[in-house]
Amino acid sequence: MAAVETVLGQARAKGRSALVTYVTAGIRADWLDLLTVMIDAGADAVEIGLPFSDPMLDGPVIQQASSAAISRGTTIPGILAQLREVSGLGTPLIAMGYAHHACTRGLRRYCHELADCGVSGTIIPDLPVSEADEYLAEARDAGLDAILMVTPATPDQQMQVIAERSRGFLYVMSVMNTTGRTYERDDDARWAVAARSRKHSARPVIIGFGIDTPERAAAAVTYADGVIVASALMRRVMDGAPSTEVGRCVREIRAAIDNAQ
Amino acid sequence: MGDPGPAGRFGSMGGRFVPEALIPACEQVEEAFRRAWADAGFRTELTHMLSSYAGRPTPVTVADRLSDALGVSVLLKREDLAHTGSHKINNVAGQVLLAQRMGKTAVIAETGAGQHGVATATVAAHLGLGCTVFMGEKDMARQELNVFRMELLGATVIPVTSGSRTLKDATSEALRHWVTTVDSTHYCIGSALGPHPYPWMVREFQRVIGDEARAQCAELLPGAVPDAVVACVGGGSNAAGTFAGFTATTARLIGTEAAGGAALSNGRRGVLHGFMSSFLQDEHGQIAEASSISAGLDYPGIGPEHAYLAEIGRAEYHSVTDAEAVAAVELCAQTEGILCALESAHALAWVRRAARDGELTAGSTVLVTLSGRGDKDVSVLRELIRGRR
Ligand SMILES: Cc1ncc(COP(=O)(O)O)c(C=O)c1O
Repeated sequence: MAAVETVLGQARAKGRSALVTYVTAGIRADWLDLLTVMIDAGADAVEIGLPFSDPMLDGPVIQQASSAAISRGTTIPGILAQLREVSGLGTPLIAMGYAHHACTRGLRRYCHELADCGVSGTIIPDLPVSEADEYLAEARDAGLDAILMVTPATPDQQMQVIAERSRGFLYVMSVMNTTGRTYERDDDARWAVAARSRKHSARPVIIGFGIDTPERAAAAVTYADGVIVASALMRRVMDGAPSTEVGRCVREIRAAIDNAQ
Repeated sequence: MGDPGPAGRFGSMGGRFVPEALIPACEQVEEAFRRAWADAGFRTELTHMLSSYAGRPTPVTVADRLSDALGVSVLLKREDLAHTGSHKINNVAGQVLLAQRMGKTAVIAETGAGQHGVATATVAAHLGLGCTVFMGEKDMARQELNVFRMELLGATVIPVTSGSRTLKDATSEALRHWVTTVDSTHYCIGSALGPHPYPWMVREFQRVIGDEARAQCAELLPGAVPDAVVACVGGGSNAAGTFAGFTATTARLIGTEAAGGAALSNGRRGVLHGFMSSFLQDEHGQIAEASSISAGLDYPGIGPEHAYLAEIGRAEYHSVTDAEAVAAVELCAQTEGILCALESAHALAWVRRAARDGELTAGSTVLVTLSGRGDKDVSVLRELIRGRR
C-alpha cells in the first residue's frame, strides 16, 4: 500500500472528507509555492499535472495552463528534478500525465522516476484499464498507487473491474465532459455516478470534473469520500492570482466540506 | 492487411488509448462494424450507395503524356472523380450508414483540407443526419471554399483556435466534443487513425480503391500487377485503401508524406488521438506541429498500420517538399488535363523524382492514386504562382 491509499484511507476512517487539489507543473516560477500553499490550506493530496501539448481530456483552462508551462520551458526531467528537491512534504503527490509521455519514456522508467522523486500516485487519463496491464504492474513494482477512472458511461460490470484494479482511490469522472466545465443541470447525474461507484469500490471514491465552488464540493461529499478541484484553482492561477489567494480558495473548500459532514 | 484483433494492434502499433469515458463508444463502434462488415445486406447497401450516389467505380486513366514526360508508365486511379472530389466519400458512406444502424442521429468530423468535412456533410445531408465539423482556424482560412461548401450542405463548422489551429487540434477538439455527445453522435474519423477500430475500419471502407485498381490493372497491364503502387499519406486512408488491394502482390508499395509532416521519416514512437504510432516530436517529447502547403497532409502522425508496414518492410515511405508538390500539380495539369489536389501531387512528385534518380527503372509501371481534385487549392496555388512571376 502506497501513501495515497494510506493517507486517504486514514482520512476516511476518521470521517474526514478528502480534498485533492491540482497544479500544472511549471505553470509559473512559483509553482512549488502553490503546491505548499495548497497543502497548508488543507489539501490531503495534490495532483501534479505534467504538461502535454495535446491534453485531450482537458478543457480550455488546463489546456492553456499546459501550453503556458511548455512555453516557459517546462520539461519532465526538469519537473522531476524540482520535485526531488521538495520531497518530504508529508502529503502525497500524484502525477497526472498523458499516455504519450509515459509510453515514450517507457512505463517502467516513468513509474520508477516518479517514485524516486517522492511521488506516490499516478493517473494517466488516456490509458484505460483495457490498455493498462503493463502500467499497473510497473506502478506496483515502483510502489506507486495507480489511480483509475470511472465515468457516467462506464457500465456496472466494467466499473467493478476498474474499482478492483484501482489503487489509492477510485477517481470518478463525474460528467461526460472535459475538465473545468460545470453546468448545474449535470449535478444529479454527477451524484448518481458517485453513488453507483461506491457500491463497487472498497477504496475511497473521489469526485472530480467540474467541482468548482465550496458549495458544489460540499454537496459532493454527501455522495463521495472526497473531491478533486483542479480547473477552478488553475483558472485563478492563470488570472495571475498570488499564491495566498489560491490558498484562500483551498481553505474555503476545505471548510465547506468539513462543515458538510 | 488483416483484422487487427480485439486489441486493435498492428504489431505494437495502434491500440485504444482513450479515456475510460470513450471506451464504451469505441466498443460499440467496433461491435457494429464487425457485425455490419459480415452482413451481406450492409455490404449491398454500401455498394449501392457508392455506385448510385458516389460515382464508383472510379476509372484508371493511362497517363500517356505524363508517362512520356517522366519515362515511366503511369496509371492514375481517379478518386478525384468520386462525388465531392476525393476518396473521403468511400469511408464516409460506410461510417454514416453504420451510424444510422447504431441509431445515432448526428455525426461529427474533423477536417484538414475540408475534403473529409465536405464528404461528411454531404452524406449526412443525403441520409438526414445532423453534422458538425471541427476545423482549425488556419485551415479555414486557406480552404475557405470548402468551409462554405460544408455550410451550404447544412453542416455547422466549428473553428478550432487551440494549438497549431490545423488538423491535429481539430482532431483533439472533435474527440473532446465526442465525450459530451456519445449517446446521440457518431464520430466519423476521416483517416486511418484514431482508437481501435477506426484505423482498421477506415482502411476496410477505403479498400474499394485498391480492390478496383487491382482488377483494372489486371485488364490494362500485360503483367497484371504494376511494379509500384504510390499514394500520398496524411493519416493514411487513401494509401491504406490502395495498398490493401496490392499487399498480396509483388508490387512495391510507396507512401509519400509531406516533408513538413513526415511522421515516419522524422518522427518517433508516441501516443496521440487514441493510437500508438510514429509522431513528429520536439526534443522534449511534446508533439510537434506539422507544416505543409497541403492542409490534408498537415498532420504530425501517421496511421498505425503504416507505421507497422514500414517496420516490417512491406511498404516504404518517402517525403516530398511543398515545391515538388506544386510542380507536380502543374505537370499533371499540363500533360493530362487533370488538376489534382496538392495532397495527391505528393504521390506524383515522388514518381517524378524516383524516375529521374533511377529509383524507378525506365519503363516500369506505376499506379498512382490521385486521391482528389485540385479545385480547393486553386486560390493557394494562384497566390504562389503569381508571386513567383
Ligand atoms: C485529396 C486528399 N488526399 C489525401 C488526403 C490525406 O488523407 P489520407 O492520408 O487519409 O488519405 C486528404 C485529406 O484531407 C485529401 O483531401
